[in-house]
Amino acid sequence: MLAFAILSAFAVAPLAPWLHRRAPAASSWLLALLPLMVTGYFLTLLPAAADGAVVVRYPWVPGLGIELSFLVDGLSLLFALLISAIGAFILIYSGGYLAGQPALGRLQLLLLLFMGSMLGLVMADNLVTLFVFWELTSITSYLLIGFDHEKGENRRAALQGLLVTAGGGLALLAGLVLMGMAGGSYSLSVLLGEGEALRAHALYLPMLLLILVGAFTKSAQVPFHFWLPNAMAAPTPVSAYLHSATMVKAGVYLLARLSPALGETPEWTALLTFVGGLTALTGAVLAVRATDLKRILAYSTVMSLGTLVLLIGIGSETALAAALLFLLAHSLYKGALFLVAGIVDHQTGSRDVTGLRGLRWTMPLTALFAGLAALSLAGVPPLFGFAAKEMVLETALGTGLTVTLTVVISAALTVVAAGLVGVRPFIGEPSPTPKAPREGPWGMLLGPAVLAGGGLLIGLLPVPLIDALLGAALSAVQGRPAVLTTALWHGINPTLALSAAALLAGIAGYRYWNPLRRSLGALDRLAALAPERFYERAMDGLVWLADRQTRLLQNGDLHRYILTVIFTLLVLVGYTLATRHPLMPEISAQLLFHEAVIGAVILIAAVFAATTRSALGAVAALGAAGFGIALIYVLFSAPDLGMTQVLVETLTVVLLVLVLYRLPGFTRISSRARLLADAGVSALAGATITWLLLLAVEVEWSPTISGFFVDNSQSLAHGRNIVNVILVDFRALDTLGEITVLALAALGVYAMVRLRGKER
Amino acid sequence: MEPLLALVIGGLYAAALFMMLRRSIVKLVIGLMLLSNAANLLIFTAAGLTRGVPPLVPEGLTRPDGLSADPLPQALVLTAIVISFGVLAFAVVLIHRAYEAVGTDDLRRLRDTDT
Repeated sequence: MLAFAILSAFAVAPLAPWLHRRAPAASSWLLALLPLMVTGYFLTLLPAAADGAVVVRYPWVPGLGIELSFLVDGLSLLFALLISAIGAFILIYSGGYLAGQPALGRLQLLLLLFMGSMLGLVMADNLVTLFVFWELTSITSYLLIGFDHEKGENRRAALQGLLVTAGGGLALLAGLVLMGMAGGSYSLSVLLGEGEALRAHALYLPMLLLILVGAFTKSAQVPFHFWLPNAMAAPTPVSAYLHSATMVKAGVYLLARLSPALGETPEWTALLTFVGGLTALTGAVLAVRATDLKRILAYSTVMSLGTLVLLIGIGSETALAAALLFLLAHSLYKGALFLVAGIVDHQTGSRDVTGLRGLRWTMPLTALFAGLAALSLAGVPPLFGFAAKEMVLETALGTGLTVTLTVVISAALTVVAAGLVGVRPFIGEPSPTPKAPREGPWGMLLGPAVLAGGGLLIGLLPVPLIDALLGAALSAVQGRPAVLTTALWHGINPTLALSAAALLAGIAGYRYWNPLRRSLGALDRLAALAPERFYERAMDGLVWLADRQTRLLQNGDLHRYILTVIFTLLVLVGYTLATRHPLMPEISAQLLFHEAVIGAVILIAAVFAATTRSALGAVAALGAAGFGIALIYVLFSAPDLGMTQVLVETLTVVLLVLVLYRLPGFTRISSRARLLADAGVSALAGATITWLLLLAVEVEWSPTISGFFVDNSQSLAHGRNIVNVILVDFRALDTLGEITVLALAALGVYAMVRLRGKER
Repeated sequence: MEPLLALVIGGLYAAALFMMLRRSIVKLVIGLMLLSNAANLLIFTAAGLTRGVPPLVPEGLTRPDGLSADPLPQALVLTAIVISFGVLAFAVVLIHRAYEAVGTDDLRRLRDTDT
């Protein structure tokens, strides 16, 4: 049942385009039923998960120890519920966003595929399963960023997102394999109990670093943060869903999930707090610099992801509780704000905060939901965002001055960003927009209403369900039972003072946004150090390298190809022979006079073929060598080979003579130096083959396969010629393949001959 | 006989590779034929040579009386001989057609011709 709930999205997704064609208006509402049902199912699992982790296993690749197993505990349920519940509203919203457009079916398909992948990722118990779903989310994200694929810019952004996250995914895979090796199991539920052993293991640091690269790329941490703002090329419901509420939190999920196994070491704390803090500051500053609604939100998301990583890095009970509160609050208000930005964009045709004013008259409901979500983002009571921010500040105060400063500065800048996105476009005198603004349709307003309203509701009233969910999640992250409440009021204390200070500073920043923006512009000089430049240079370098090596290796010159093959043979075979075997083999074999004569004839014919100027002479020499070889087959007990060789050699000579009759004779076109060099290389290759063969004939081998054929040829296949029996009976399928090759060659020859006839 | 055959096969390989390194497409094909002959002989020799006892089951017995030559390499080489003939027939007609269309048998000039 659990696997069915998680994987149902994959089953329903292919039906979406069909459903959309049949019922364009209703399809989004119908499809949203699936995530709603999944949400309901997950809610029923909560009591069991609150008591402890439940693991459900299905065999997948038993030979490799890979199973499709799911881990249900508070943390995975928290994420799963966010994914499925927000997914339902996103699907409904998409129906309004792309109403009447044929591409909607494709969007629904991809959104459902993504939802399935993301659910699989957060519920996976086996590390390999987790990785597979992790990469699936990267791929669906790629397809969704490049959804409007006719714009080159979008395709570039999609590729950038894919390369950064999938590249990090490779590091993650290596890290997970190391962890599996060190812990002796690929099951998360087992590994989580082996924290002591893992942290003491010699591979701890490499394992940690690799996993962190995976988590940091996915969750857009500095220096990999640049792909996330560019991913805003995606349609807005996608930005709200993947690039704010769910997928970018996969890295955070992984860190939270693994903190009982890998956390609470100096390396863990130092790396996570440093990178997280830096990311929070970078995101907050860049958010205030931006003027595009979606980019402001994207950078603000980067700030939030940084804060989450910072909190998980600190790792105390307060910090982890703060992280969970902040995560839930962020998903609610940021999802709502993205959807609002989408409505504004959809209804006015503009996303530029400098040009959008006074929309409250024309879009009152949008303005209401935007205001609620923005207040939550800014951390104003009585909204849920306030409770979350209080917890974050409390953690920071308990940790140290640097962390406190980081958190307060980014909180203040976040207030500015909240004002820019949720307040500024709606107040003041209306200004002209590309499209006359109108209130958005119901389907599009539903999502922001629920998400922003949820933020208000959880802030105002204690919701037992949310408390139970967060408590179960905290127990899972900590590895021991814990209780968590979303209580708003913590009393008058230093935290409240800091909170108020950040809010006031933020309001001042919003009031003087233009000067603030200009002064932050001084930081643009750091742009030369921006990681995106390194990405671009690396990509250019890759293209350059591909170009150079293609020119070098695939230059179209057959001469050079053959030389490459010969030198590879010389180096590999020559090196192996020289280092692993005696230089001179023992030569002891009797030599009969007539055999020596045949050998000499073949040798002379080969040399003559290679050196003669006459084409006919070369063909004749080829024939002589071929008949010589036929004689050797006959002398050494292979009459069938001799017969075949004689027939084939005769046909070859006849065919060559017939064709050569129409071709020009040989002329010397290569220079003398080239001839000598080629002769030297060829002689060297020939000598290597001779050496190889002299050593090879000395090797003892066990003829078990041959023995089977010899023993059973008569009794099983009723044939006395064993070679013949092998070909037409024991290995008859191979011979059938051979006949097919010959038939194809004959068809080709026939076609080419006929083609010429028609041209004439 | 093995040392002599090793020498002969080395000579065949050298001659074949030298011909394949030439610019004439006809030499390339002849070189290819020599190369496949050399490879067949290489497999045949490496598997061990036996004089005068072909792998046949005499009348009235269920298996050869005493030692006989190994049938397996023979079956492999037999297949290879036939396949290489198919390749040759195709290649010969192909270069003939190419010559008619392009008017040269120089590989260096063939590579840029878009006919």
